Amino acid sequence: MPFVRFRYRDSTMTDSAQTTVVYNDKVVKQFAVMTLVWGIVGMTVGVLLAAQLMWPALNFDVPWLTYSRLRPLHTNAVIFAFGGSALFTTSYWVVQRTCGARLISDKLAAFTFWGWQVVILSAAITLPMGLTQSKEYAELEWPIDLLIAVVWVSYAVVFFGTIMKRRVEHIYVANWFYGAFILTVAVLHIVNNISIPYGPMQSYSAYPGAVDAMVQWWYGHNAVGFFLTAGFLGMMYYFVPKQAGRPIYSYRLSIVHFWALISIYMWAGPHHLHYTAIPDWVQSLGMVFSLILLAPSWGGMINGIMTLSGAWHKLREDPIIKFLIVSLSFYGMSTFEGPMMSIKTVNALSHYTDWTIGHVHSGALGWVAMISIGSLYVLIPRLVGKKEMYSVPAINLHFWLSTIGTVLYIAAMWVAGVMQGLMWRAVDEDGTLVYTFIESLKATYPFYFIRLLGGVVFLSGMFVMAWNTYKTMSNPAPVAEPDDEPATAPAGA
Amino acid sequence: MNHEKVEKHIGLMAILIAVVISVGGIVEIVPLMISKSTTEAAPGVEPLEPLQVAGRDVYVREGCYNCHSQQVRYLAEEVLRYGPAAKPGESVYDHPFQWGSKRTGPDLSRVGGRYNDEWHELHLMDPRAVVPESNMPGYPWLARKQVTADDVRKMMGALRTVGVPYTDADFEAIPDAVAGKTQLDALVAYLQSLKASDQEVTQ
Repeated sequence: MPFVRFRYRDSTMTDSAQTTVVYNDKVVKQFAVMTLVWGIVGMTVGVLLAAQLMWPALNFDVPWLTYSRLRPLHTNAVIFAFGGSALFTTSYWVVQRTCGARLISDKLAAFTFWGWQVVILSAAITLPMGLTQSKEYAELEWPIDLLIAVVWVSYAVVFFGTIMKRRVEHIYVANWFYGAFILTVAVLHIVNNISIPYGPMQSYSAYPGAVDAMVQWWYGHNAVGFFLTAGFLGMMYYFVPKQAGRPIYSYRLSIVHFWALISIYMWAGPHHLHYTAIPDWVQSLGMVFSLILLAPSWGGMINGIMTLSGAWHKLREDPIIKFLIVSLSFYGMSTFEGPMMSIKTVNALSHYTDWTIGHVHSGALGWVAMISIGSLYVLIPRLVGKKEMYSVPAINLHFWLSTIGTVLYIAAMWVAGVMQGLMWRAVDEDGTLVYTFIESLKATYPFYFIRLLGGVVFLSGMFVMAWNTYKTMSNPAPVAEPDDEPATAPAGA
Repeated sequence: MNHEKVEKHIGLMAILIAVVISVGGIVEIVPLMISKSTTEAAPGVEPLEPLQVAGRDVYVREGCYNCHSQQVRYLAEEVLRYGPAAKPGESVYDHPFQWGSKRTGPDLSRVGGRYNDEWHELHLMDPRAVVPESNMPGYPWLARKQVTADDVRKMMGALRTVGVPYTDADFEAIPDAVAGKTQLDALVAYLQSLKASDQEVTQ
């Protein structure tokens, strides 16, 4: 069943248009399945890396299995393959339903799907081979970068083109966030990857050292701000009100926090370079804007969580709501932690330690993965014309595995990071360092084990989801229209 | 301005988004591109020699930056542990920069001369042979791979394009400099080149 036909009626819309539109859900379904596949692949690599940090014998002296080559594969797989596919899935679903329009071009949408899969496969082959630009989250070499640019422009054409042919006057708030994410990622990707090739898969960055560092962390921080935040806030603005059956808490707040968030984020990059060789004024600017960023970040969290006001009982009853609301809580927590870590004196302790890794994962597992998982649980049954997932108790089990896994992971990394920072700076009365570097590593091993455990628990939840999705999608007998509306004409009519 | 206008015109919204996201980057990046301190080499900083260039490529390829920084922050304990704080002019020939973001292992920007070549070779072949508690992977394949003059010529050619001042004489010196050298030799040569610009390293 390539296309599922829905009578257009969306509770998150202000417009009450009652038109029948046949949406392109084939591409949504493809991306949804690949979100799960890449999520499992990326997190499995993460678990292997966590194990290698404990037991280096697991590198096997094999080049392409070596930690230092696989770590970029893990980050790229979870950010761009898992996170990216989740963003494509939900943005294509949301933009059609909130605009009351089918995607502007099926062919171009299909190109974005296959193009993105080729990008991911190229990454999975080239990164273990050691073909890398060495700029974090921008490791992919120039031919792949060019393909990414082409796919991304196509994505922009499909997304904005669909908005242009919308049947309602207002552009729904989720689309502001998706739109800002698509535009900004294009700018970041192009500026950060300007390089001079010296081989089919080799190149050097065009920027000299200190400038390269600034460009990279302007990119790196906003990959977090736009790829991993703005895009997922788009998800939040559709799926939280949808699943809660309530309108967004505050329309005014969404306007204010949208513009504040996207403008302030772009200034925060230098907090990755505190006390380094970039000028002090840039570092201070980065710190100040990072602190201000707390406000619009929490604006988003409040707008999401308070949408549940008047329906708090759903937090007890509906495991999907649990996923969505707990993900927003993790979002609020990591967007509090981030500004704190950007304070120079805090950063003096936290930088280069595992605290940063903990911070990243409270955002990546707690926020990005859990809001995606929650949204997919809303979307997957509807894609196959069902009311809910095959097993709701399995969603609940997955929720607890995700939450416990995340908490184990981040708590272990916090403790490890603070400990490392304190050990590195400890000085005797006579002015000599108390600990050698290797002593700090020895002290970290127990925490690496707890982190590994957390990762395994989180990953096991993904397998529960894969099983549940398989059962939902393979089980025939479409029940009814998800919105309890009478079924309309079959697909492709 | 009435926000409703923006909500009804996708073109207007896209333009406004493009404007507000551009300011931060322009203010923070462009001055660094113009400033002498970030674009001109500090006194004592020379472009890497051919074998070191090959070694740097090995360093990048194997992903050493994932666990080792090359940036001593201007904090007392860092200077005490690693050596003089980093200066912007030390990195101008670095394309791409290798400052790193995580220290699973120690900073390497002042490691040159701290250990002899034999120690580095042993350590890279099997880290636990010299540091029993280490979790660093071994890189034994580096000893089996040769450095070729042709590759180094391409590397230095691209570096010259992006502004590293290599002369024709530097290019002529490549074949002799890399003859018979393995990638392990190259990486060790690169590691030994890492030191503060303004001080001779004492062993």
